[in-house]
Amino acid sequence: MAEAAESPGDPGTASPRPLVRLRSATKGIMGLSDISISQDIPVEGEITIPMRARIREFDSSTLNESVQNTIMRDLKAVGKKFMHVLYPRKSNTLLRDCKMLQRGSADSEKDGGPQFAEVFVIVWFGAVTITLNSKLLGGNISFFQSLCVLGYCILPLTVAMLVCRLVLLADPGPVNFMVRLFVVIVMFAWSIVASTAFLADSQPPNRKALAVYPVFLFYFVISWMILTFTT
Amino acid sequence: FGDAATSIVANPDATTISIEEPGETPGSARSSGREEDDELLGNDDSDKTELLAGQKKSSPFWTFEYYQTFFDVDTYQVFDRIKGSLLPIPGKNFVRLYIRSNPDLYGPFWICATLVFAIAISGNLSNFLIHLGEKTYHYVPEFRKVSIAASVIYAYAWLVPLALWGFLVWRNSKVMNIVSYSFLEIVCVYGYSLFIYIPTAILWIIPQKAVRWILVMIALGISGSVLAMTFWPAVREDNRRIALATIVTIVLLHMLLSVGCLRWTISQYLRLLRTKQLQQPSPAKEE
Repeated sequence: MAEAAESPGDPGTASPRPLVRLRSATKGIMGLSDISISQDIPVEGEITIPMRARIREFDSSTLNESVQNTIMRDLKAVGKKFMHVLYPRKSNTLLRDCKMLQRGSADSEKDGGPQFAEVFVIVWFGAVTITLNSKLLGGNISFFQSLCVLGYCILPLTVAMLVCRLVLLADPGPVNFMVRLFVVIVMFAWSIVASTAFLADSQPPNRKALAVYPVFLFYFVISWMILTFTT
Repeated sequence: FGDAATSIVANPDATTISIEEPGETPGSARSSGREEDDELLGNDDSDKTELLAGQKKSSPFWTFEYYQTFFDVDTYQVFDRIKGSLLPIPGKNFVRLYIRSNPDLYGPFWICATLVFAIAISGNLSNFLIHLGEKTYHYVPEFRKVSIAASVIYAYAWLVPLALWGFLVWRNSKVMNIVSYSFLEIVCVYGYSLFIYIPTAILWIIPQKAVRWILVMIALGISGSVLAMTFWPAVREDNRRIALATIVTIVLLHMLLSVGCLRWTISQYLRLLRTKQLQQPSPAKEE
């Protein structure tokens, strides 16, 4: 987080002698990830500092900006993450900006009272268990980052669920089943590749397979549920 | 151990390994792999084992690092342990050979989880195959199966080792010179011995009765012998009858679990089979 400390003589307004010390890196803040300030920058005189001005502008604007701007900013960040899931590459920088979001949208498409609860429990319990397993094996990924990644990587399987529902509107038969099987297999492989790109790097090299296997099992069970869901 | 053997042969006074058995020649101690040597290895290691166990788990139990010590395994170690559970060799003690005072909870936990889902999936598959071709069949994923299977298998994987460990500790207090395993090592052996049931559960959807019984015999044979060979050195010093009773109980419980679980996964198929057999004497055939 960026801290802009003003000298005691300046109560925070633009004055003839601004003395600003900017401390610590600001990589963790979304939108400011391209600023990296890691040392004290004492400035005196009437020189206006672009960085200082930008920091102050952001400080006040994140508080006072309209709700729409906040929402748009968050949506852009979510969209950026979805793109990373759709085109999985080894991505450490994304983990740093990750926030935990609810995965309610994936579950609300599965109708049926008791089935929703079961799916919800399995998804969340599975994600927590995988995260705990990864941390116990010595991975250096944070708890909520891992939950976040697993939640996002369910996206391909959500798409598979939608496609299966659409395909089921046609008349049932072996062709119907083969199409659904193919779609589910492809999306399952996609989910695994996407989450492995995130998670495998956080493990010591001789334990990667141990950390990835529970993810495989988790997505396999979810894929099975999608494939056999025929109501 | 090769280095230790050569160093002992080279310098019998070296204190690299604490061996106090009189009359044991250094040269034959290591490379023969006979059962007595394994047992001696077990006896000598037991002091070191407890020492090492005490050294390893030094964090208090409410810290995260304490539980990390139970997951201190590498990929190749897990594979080796699984291989050891699939190929029981007479004389090779699973605990001494593979676990070597580094019991892990990764294997037992994830093997049980995989087994739970394998049982649930194969049960669903067998239901599906029964009604293959019936257009009116409405497939229902049975989540109750998953919950019940999970409860049974995890209870077996934790409560039976607890009982066995308690029993061994009690016998250890009565009869000296028994090799007693730590609780986690017993959990580890039981967990890895369940691995053979994963392919068995999946192959049980084959509707031939002979195939199914052959499969369960093979699975029971392999995992039962792993357990028997692990615990035989532990109870051998005891009263003959008690030792035999212990081994028989272990194998019996294992058989109950395997046959019970597997028959339950295909229970709907069996019920259908029974109703079909009851209907056969009647002349009018349905459909």
